[in-house]
Amino acid sequence: MPANERPKRVEMRAVVKYFGSLKALDRITLDVYDGEKVVIIGPSGSGKSTLLRSINRLEEIDRGRIIVNSVDIYDPMTDINKIREEVGMVFQSFNVFPHKTVIENLTLAQRVVRKRSRKEATERAMTLLHKVGITDKSSAYPNQLSGGQQQRVAIARSLAMDPKIMLFDEPTSALDPEMIGEVLDVMRNLALEGMTMLVVTHEMGFAREVADRIIFMDNGAIVEEGTSEHFFTHPSHERTKLFLSQIL
Amino acid sequence: MAQVEKRKKKIEDQGQPVIDIGDGAAIPTRKDIGLFDAWRIAFFGAIAMVLYLAIFRPDPYLKIIKFVPDGIWVTFKVTVGAILLALVIGLFTGLGRLAGNRVINGVASLYVEVIRGVPLLVQLFYIYYALGRIVQIPAMSSAIIAMAICYGAYMGEIFRAGIQSIPKGQMEAARSLGMNKSQAMVHVILPQSFTVILPPIGNEFVALLKDSSLVSILAVADLLRRGREFASETFTYFETYTVIALAYLIITLFFSKLVSLMEERISARQ
Repeated sequence: MPANERPKRVEMRAVVKYFGSLKALDRITLDVYDGEKVVIIGPSGSGKSTLLRSINRLEEIDRGRIIVNSVDIYDPMTDINKIREEVGMVFQSFNVFPHKTVIENLTLAQRVVRKRSRKEATERAMTLLHKVGITDKSSAYPNQLSGGQQQRVAIARSLAMDPKIMLFDEPTSALDPEMIGEVLDVMRNLALEGMTMLVVTHEMGFAREVADRIIFMDNGAIVEEGTSEHFFTHPSHERTKLFLSQIL
Repeated sequence: MAQVEKRKKKIEDQGQPVIDIGDGAAIPTRKDIGLFDAWRIAFFGAIAMVLYLAIFRPDPYLKIIKFVPDGIWVTFKVTVGAILLALVIGLFTGLGRLAGNRVINGVASLYVEVIRGVPLLVQLFYIYYALGRIVQIPAMSSAIIAMAICYGAYMGEIFRAGIQSIPKGQMEAARSLGMNKSQAMVHVILPQSFTVILPPIGNEFVALLKDSSLVSILAVADLLRRGREFASETFTYFETYTVIALAYLIITLFFSKLVSLMEERISARQ
């Protein structure tokens, strides 16, 4: 099915966000279709993370509209918790729960939010731990794990909620170089399974390989977007060319 | 924005901060050798002194020692009752101080500000007599309520600091999983802040235990009041207050030690 006939997962319309007098998001308009993998790149401070975080309302926007899974997330009638159940989020700093074991990290929200039984939640958790390759550490505490393992637990924790969209906010930026690969592998597999993904990253190899579409941001605005082929070989904007020449 | 990120990162890197609000007895730790020795000398010295006085000077010391334990029991009841109530008040005050709602935040902040600005003894009189005009409740209960209202303000600050010490990402992660604010508080934030707030709460307990001697003014037969009763009948003021002071010292040092052991266990687990 061509991408634009599939349902839209995220629609952003002229979204504007200020941090004080700084324009963090400058009239962002963006559609993400079901199953699409969108990678957002750009220099630091360009608004990539803010864009991502606005999709599940971790950042409040000042103008514009954001529609997630066909629901306007700023509609006063919208229960934002319901939206967030369907939108997984992976953070740069992992944010695993340090007072819970690995398995408890995965079952907590399933039980509290999804109201699943202990047995059902545990089964789902074990399946996902197997998928991210951490079965032998299920009763360990996060501080006994490496950064890469913690991040994989965090990904599994999000997946346990059966989200329709996954947001990745620089998931490998806080990792030692030797651990980046294991996390990217998990993300790559997720992409192959058809998950809708929005990824902010500096991993250009991953972007080139996985992205259906690459978005380049600068000063809060989308400067250029296109397929990874177009983006890496024939970027049309000077700003994009400059950025690519600096990082590649 | 880069600067915001940097600051955020810095906060997260620093790990668990230690809250140091000390108005209790100095807490002995193995790291502070001087204090550790002082604790041993004071604690065992006080016990030895009580034993010595009881054995070699039974009149009046043994009589005093037999007369005051009722008061110790009352002192404990007031202290434990007040600390439990203060914990509840403190939790809601701390949450209130962090609330986005301006009214709730304002009320909680006002409470803390007013309580901290009035001496405990004045508060005790005020609450005791103010309560007395509205409802007739036993002296003991009003003493507990008054102590709890006072200590609740300090507890509130401990809870607030404890909650704030948890990195912001924890709340964000919990909310991102679809938890509402209270679910995130109960399951993610409060259990983590527990280890941060436990030591200062222990300190408050010891401080409250000492301050509970103030309730002796409110017709509550605590340790100090029992001593006063005995002394005024027998005119043995010096001897009685010696025993009272030693009793408070032993109890306080004992609980200080418990708090320090608890702190050690918590930091060993991290």
